[in-house]
Amino acid sequence: MARTAPLPVAPSGDLAAAVRSALDTVRDPELDEPVTDLGFVERLEVEAGRVVVRLRLPTYFCAPNFAFLMVADAYDAVSSVPGVVTTEVVLQDHFAAEAINQGVAARAGFVASFAGEAVDELDGLRADFLRKAVLAGTDRVCRALTAAGRDRAELAGLTLGDAPAGADRERLRARRHELGLPAGDGDPLLVDSWTGAAVPAGELTRHLGLARLTRTGQEANSAVCRGMLRARYPQVAEEEGRS
Amino acid sequence: MYEKDGEKYFVVDGHTHFWDASPQNWVPGQEEYAKGWIECFHAYQGLGPPDTHWPIDRFQKYSEELMMHDLFEVGHVDKAIFQPTNLRQWYVDGFNTTEADGAMAERHPGRFLVNTTFDPREGEAGMRAFEERVKRYGCKGVKLYTAEWRGDSRGWSLKDPEAARYLEKCEELGVRNIHVHKGPTIWPLDKDAFDVSDIDYVATNFQGLNFIVEHVGLPRIEDFCFMATQERNVYAGLAVVVGGLMHARPKFFAKVMGELMFWLGEDKLIFGADYAIWEPRWQVEGFVDWTMPADDELSDFAPLTVVQKKKILGLNAARLYDIDVPAELRVEDAPVVEPVGVPGP
Repeated sequence: MARTAPLPVAPSGDLAAAVRSALDTVRDPELDEPVTDLGFVERLEVEAGRVVVRLRLPTYFCAPNFAFLMVADAYDAVSSVPGVVTTEVVLQDHFAAEAINQGVAARAGFVASFAGEAVDELDGLRADFLRKAVLAGTDRVCRALTAAGRDRAELAGLTLGDAPAGADRERLRARRHELGLPAGDGDPLLVDSWTGAAVPAGELTRHLGLARLTRTGQEANSAVCRGMLRARYPQVAEEEGRS
Repeated sequence: MYEKDGEKYFVVDGHTHFWDASPQNWVPGQEEYAKGWIECFHAYQGLGPPDTHWPIDRFQKYSEELMMHDLFEVGHVDKAIFQPTNLRQWYVDGFNTTEADGAMAERHPGRFLVNTTFDPREGEAGMRAFEERVKRYGCKGVKLYTAEWRGDSRGWSLKDPEAARYLEKCEELGVRNIHVHKGPTIWPLDKDAFDVSDIDYVATNFQGLNFIVEHVGLPRIEDFCFMATQERNVYAGLAVVVGGLMHARPKFFAKVMGELMFWLGEDKLIFGADYAIWEPRWQVEGFVDWTMPADDELSDFAPLTVVQKKKILGLNAARLYDIDVPAELRVEDAPVVEPVGVPGP
């Protein structure tokens, strides 16, 4: 489990705490982890209702579509906190920082921010990542089930409510809900991440293999991103050490 | 050649570069990109063991002597395959060109295979120049970088009709090995920048060519593996996998190796050190020493055998590139092994 690194600048007070909680809900869409955990929030300034969030990423060339989503989501999360008067989110040290920062501040959307270079908004991309998050989350809960003595062959007949209660199950439920997939306790544990249909027993091995693989990809990528961030910003290791 | 515990390994480094990213080579007005690019690479080097990290000035431009030393004197490499990356938009003489690689290869006969590249946006003149390079340097492979900027264009796709013409030319000229960079890219801005569906498309259409996906599509290894199980002529280039994960994230490295063996199998994995991001020495030694950890999370995966390591470190690339392997370094009658992964629909 990733430990939550404390933000380097920790303003005190109720509003600052609420803003930090809001930022905890902002995820790297690809890694499906909070930007606060990943160390992407370099600095948070809260003063008299005015909030400035400074973000940093692992490389100068991190994909601008992901970066845009994170900056926009941070803006939306912070500006919706009661008591926040103005919100400024600043992406730093990135080749597209200017276009992203201005676009988000102007609420212009991705296409308008990259005039002539982008034709699609990012909703489809976000859904792709959510489907991957569902698969990766499926591997987590299934492993917990088999560790608790369930036979793999049984998994196709189980419901979401059969999975061990806890953060992994609720995270999976939330991602399924966000995609419009069935997410109740009585719904199947294993569903096709496109259609929501229950995975038939004959497809079990392939589905579990894909779930395991997707989780591996997500976690390997997270590892690379964390490593790159620490190499680029040596202070990250120190910040994590303070947690 | 590397020898350990009485076993001898023929080593083909399938992914190497001789680049110049020094400030003297930065295109005026593009300095920010040229500097950002090489600093991004330099950060990747941080994922290797600390005693292999270089200062940035050496990393920007290193000598031919140093490269020969790092690969052939201490790196255990028998043959190395140059993979060019032009980036002429940002670097005056290019970042790492076929010509620079080819000149070095000619000064050291028998050491290197020179791959070239093509860009379908270069039209007829580009096609003629491509054919000349192939004949001049005896290329058996190309390295394609679809995210290359060119004027106002931020890249191209293997699905483009112009790309098909070049691939037909590859078949005609005997350029059988098509290495495609699939890893962090910045284009297309609004699409999934790591999409492998274009590889799927051309692998089906060009059965006579081998498609080696460099960096195994990381971070989208799941898309890559799933596609590769359905295409017999798709291979995994391990550059970045070994260098970026084996030391920095051993648990993840084990999982990624396990998945690649599960879905693709031992005959489809091609070692590459990605010099000068990482030196081959610690990667070759570490890979030979590496074993699949005993761990519940890894229970779906078998340990790697010596024969499998020999294939991955050199014999697979030797097969693709017709490299003559000394008799004592071959694996006798190695059967082609089908992966245990589940075939696609």
